[in-house]
Amino acid sequence: MSTDSNLAHDDTPDTGKRDFLYIASAAVGVVAVGGVVWPLINQMNPDASVLALASIEYDLSKIQTGQAVTIKWRGMPVFVRNRTQKEIDAARAVPMDQLKDPQLDQDRVMKGHDNWLIMIALCTHLGCIPIGESGDYGGWLCPCHGSQYDTSGRIRKGPAPKNLVIPPYKFLTDTKIQIG
Amino acid sequence: MSAHETTKYVPSHPVARWFEDRLPLMGFSKELLDYPTPKNLNYWWTFGGILAFMLGVQIVTGIVLAMHYTPNAGLAFDSVEMIKRDVNGGRLIQAVHSTGASMFFFAVYIHIFRGLYFGSYKAPREVLWILGVIIYLLMMATAFMGYVLPWGQMSFWAAAVITNIFSAIPIVGDPILQLLRGGFAVDNPTLNRFFSLHYLLPFIIAAVVVLHIWALHVPGNNNPIGVEVKDKRDTVAFHPFYTMKDLFAIVVFCIPFAWFAFFAPDIFAHSDNYIMANPLVTPAHIVPEWYFLPFYAILRAIDFNFILDSKLLGVIFFGGSILILFFVPWLDTSKVRSGNYRPAFRWFYGLFVLNFLLLMWYGAQEPATHIIGPFTVADTSKLSVVYYFAYFLVILPLLGRYEKPRPLPNSISEAVLTEPRAVSGADPAMPTAH
Repeated sequence: MSTDSNLAHDDTPDTGKRDFLYIASAAVGVVAVGGVVWPLINQMNPDASVLALASIEYDLSKIQTGQAVTIKWRGMPVFVRNRTQKEIDAARAVPMDQLKDPQLDQDRVMKGHDNWLIMIALCTHLGCIPIGESGDYGGWLCPCHGSQYDTSGRIRKGPAPKNLVIPPYKFLTDTKIQIG
Repeated sequence: MSAHETTKYVPSHPVARWFEDRLPLMGFSKELLDYPTPKNLNYWWTFGGILAFMLGVQIVTGIVLAMHYTPNAGLAFDSVEMIKRDVNGGRLIQAVHSTGASMFFFAVYIHIFRGLYFGSYKAPREVLWILGVIIYLLMMATAFMGYVLPWGQMSFWAAAVITNIFSAIPIVGDPILQLLRGGFAVDNPTLNRFFSLHYLLPFIIAAVVVLHIWALHVPGNNNPIGVEVKDKRDTVAFHPFYTMKDLFAIVVFCIPFAWFAFFAPDIFAHSDNYIMANPLVTPAHIVPEWYFLPFYAILRAIDFNFILDSKLLGVIFFGGSILILFFVPWLDTSKVRSGNYRPAFRWFYGLFVLNFLLLMWYGAQEPATHIIGPFTVADTSKLSVVYYFAYFLVILPLLGRYEKPRPLPNSISEAVLTEPRAVSGADPAMPTAH
């Protein structure tokens, strides 16, 4: 502090100034190191070619009632199931208080396309692909840790915390969907 | 160690002396060879040497395998098959590396359980123990990523399940998951980075092993009676006494190792891993490698919500079951190191070992398998999880307070001369000579 006349001719070092310089240079150093480290970490994030595969179209006309197909979207499997009326009724008859992650079946399908259940086919526990038409609830059973889902893909039993995830999709025509 | 006087090593040859003055490498090596070691170490103590040997085996075979392996999702599976069928001696090199991982883990479990029984984690060896736990964690990460490289069905789904564990972290879980995988699902970028890290981590392990041995040489070895070295009569030089003993143990250890590598290279593997990775089909029954089974059973046993959701809770228990090892030096309140002198501890410890093996067995079973009456693996394995944590969090802290230990010998020499059987710990009923 050059304005401080008392200290101008003092032999004791100006520790305030020294501390400030010390902290300032350390702060600059931290920013610089962060600037170098971030690109080295960020390179691990999904690259442009992975991000480019973000949306697909799929023709539903060949899937009969009671059939399901698994398609690939963003490297992940997606279930497209044409549900029977019995499955829909079973899903809608479940009282909400029996559900771990309460959600109406109606909220998991598109209005007017109630038979089409479209879900990301990864167990919400640790990401295995559940096996269809099995388990105690006639829906899906995950072979890895035994989570069970009902005919609406809602979690009913086992370690998974959430219902099977519905991806963003829309009906382009009555028989064609776009996922993503 | 205060008992051992270090005198500066002066080589007789003038050239050696010239070199020694500039880099005291021979003096350093001599100090390692002369390292005074308690004279009562039993064969449980040879596993440190065995582990160093196994790290060397894995690094050497791994470097050779990397000369033939292709870390690409389309080519990896075939390149491993090519190594087994076409590369000269590849069948054996690959088998030594893959069964070597199992032998490595077998040895590390013996090493850890030896430390837990003889109280090797207690003061002044806490840092030594913590470095050991870090090595164990690094080993798990390395083994897991190595398991992914053949890109079979089990490889792929192991990668999917284990990386998914990170998605349980609130808020930042999903971004971290994408960062680890390099995509929305496990794919080629994941395989590439796992190969890179699988090559890197063993060298980090080797570096931590150096620290581990350094931290061992500061206080010196623990020993089966847990009484510190008092004078020179309690020790012998590391070389030739323990170099020979360790070498003999390594040779014996290599007999089953060689049998696995030559005659049963797939005995620890899963047949599904001979199917190339398919992101659209999960194998009907997923089990991890045997050395992860106890922790896998703990992860799976938490299938209920309690304040947190079951997934996060499972992951916390899973991580906690390993991280709790870091705190053992402070959880165990007993001043007596060796389990040989702790009559109650021995029972709880024995039960802990059995419980660990039981968890290992649970990990390989389907959750819905019935055990007793209506109770399934999913139910009864919870008891084992409770005991696993109770051992560390309740039993060890309380035993130190309430247990009456048997009288300790005054020194290693006394124990060796008057009570030879206490060293092996074979007879708990034997009266203590004092």
